[in-house]
Amino acid sequence: MLNNELKLNTKLFNEDVEQIPIRQGFGEGLVIAGDENKNVIGLCADLNESTKMNLFAEKYPERFIQVGVAEQNLATVASGMAAMGKIPFISSYAMFSPGRNWEQIRTTIAYNDRPVKIIGSHAGISVGPDGGTHQAIEDIAIMRVLPNMIVLSPCDAIEAKKATIATAKIDKPVYIRLLREKTPIITTEETPFEIGKAKVFFAPPMKAQVGIIATGALVYNAILAAQRFAQKGISVKVLNIASIRPLDFEAIINLAKESGALVSVEEHQIVGGLGSAIAEVLVQNYPVPMELIGVHDKFGQSGTPEELIEHYGMSVSHIERAVEKVIERKN
Amino acid sequence: MPQLTDEKIIWMEEKARDIRISIIEMLVEAGSGHTAGPLGMADIFTVLYFHILKHDPTNPMWEDRDRLILSNGHICPALYATMAHSGYLKLEELKTLRQFGSRLQGHPHREFLSFIETSSGPLGLGLSQTIGMCLADKMDNGKFSGKQFYCLMSDGELQEGNVWEAMMLASKERLQNLTVIIDRNNIQIEGFTEDIMPLEPLKEKWQSFNWDVRTIDGHNFQEIVSAIGEAQAVFAKPSVIIANTIAGKGVSFMEINYKWHGKPPTKEEGERAITELKLT
Repeated sequence: MLNNELKLNTKLFNEDVEQIPIRQGFGEGLVIAGDENKNVIGLCADLNESTKMNLFAEKYPERFIQVGVAEQNLATVASGMAAMGKIPFISSYAMFSPGRNWEQIRTTIAYNDRPVKIIGSHAGISVGPDGGTHQAIEDIAIMRVLPNMIVLSPCDAIEAKKATIATAKIDKPVYIRLLREKTPIITTEETPFEIGKAKVFFAPPMKAQVGIIATGALVYNAILAAQRFAQKGISVKVLNIASIRPLDFEAIINLAKESGALVSVEEHQIVGGLGSAIAEVLVQNYPVPMELIGVHDKFGQSGTPEELIEHYGMSVSHIERAVEKVIERKN
Repeated sequence: MPQLTDEKIIWMEEKARDIRISIIEMLVEAGSGHTAGPLGMADIFTVLYFHILKHDPTNPMWEDRDRLILSNGHICPALYATMAHSGYLKLEELKTLRQFGSRLQGHPHREFLSFIETSSGPLGLGLSQTIGMCLADKMDNGKFSGKQFYCLMSDGELQEGNVWEAMMLASKERLQNLTVIIDRNNIQIEGFTEDIMPLEPLKEKWQSFNWDVRTIDGHNFQEIVSAIGEAQAVFAKPSVIIANTIAGKGVSFMEINYKWHGKPPTKEEGERAITELKLT
């Protein structure tokens, strides 16, 4: 019941589904973007290998700048380079960029409308053992509030690669959210990707009773939950949102109209993230009952990604319960 | 850079006086804004726009122009007034400062005034943007081009951490066509810099970050021109010029008084100020 038109990974439901870190897709995409345009450059704050910018830096050392552990400088230097016609990609951990350097990003990149591409790796709670200081679960909120900014949250490494390449071609500031851990490959090279468009990844052949709208690697959990409902004869559709800003209002409203009940799923605080963005669309256009899956007003802690996803309420069974609850609210 | 003759100095002194009068007039009209900093930097702005910069007011986006970045955007009345006297703007437009719909925003915004190099206001961000411009230019040419990159900063904003990150990068990258000019007027919004957060020994701090440093009288045209010339001749290092200036320069009741950092003159104070300036 994967949407065949999108040519998604047909082995998605296998136990041994291929897993690759989303950040790896960024690293490969940046090399391709660099091959295509000599103005694409890279800047990093001492996390070259972790963020996979090293692939670009090794191929194009003359187009790479190491600024040291200085994220405020990272953002502002990139703004100056963009002013001279460069297309700078800046990478660090999401907690530090855009976490630490938010005002620098606001003033010198968003307010100036400079096409700097901010790469926040190790976002979400699944960064795991490093603990709460390093788990950025507020980054979508602080970036989607900025005028001019485009905010992307790919669901797998392949989508991250496409997002990176697409991003280099638009004359706007962009934030791309990446995760550290290996996560299942959901899409294929043939799956279409377009900034501003959401796609239904999982659709049982009857009218949806609930729509799940998910972003990032948790799209996988959302699809597994929908699959379990399908086996019980309950139709749940899954919409993948890779582009949080601009947001595909039409796809969200259509799904709300069809299903009459929605569940949002994100590895982020429920305040200010994707769920909030969807709620803003619904209340102004087509209000329906909605449940929000994400971190509920807490900081993270050390643990394995699986333990943390379970503890903070983002596992497949949590999504199933949210679907059941929203069906009850609808009836 | 052209020869600095005595005639040119006299001509620039008059130009600086006219710019100061424009600054007072626009602040009186606006009813808010910063007075001390713009008056203190009027001489340096005059030298830059009328003697140093490679620029073309009839073609503001000329690719080969030198870049001048104003980091402490709150002194923008000096920038706007100097640009108007250079021909970038009509003098009448200065009266729209801080008004709704004006190109002359309270702090510069390049979406409103497209030919300024960047938006500024929040402190400590200009140096790293200038460094970025320098680096991009070097990347394009494979070496330092003929362009010069200037960043004007206040002394108070050196308290921002971002500045010190930028200082490290500029010396690491040996940006020899970068010149920073610090408006060392010793005041900031709540008092004297050395009371709020001491900056001294300032020269030694920059030197220890591997910058070439010189200190000048920021109201002496000869010293300003010589220092910039010397800074440009430095090899493999960025340069900083610490320009000792008098906040509120030219208006006796405003000079060296931090209370004039962030407020405009009233109509009556403005008239007194302009009368004084016209006598000089």
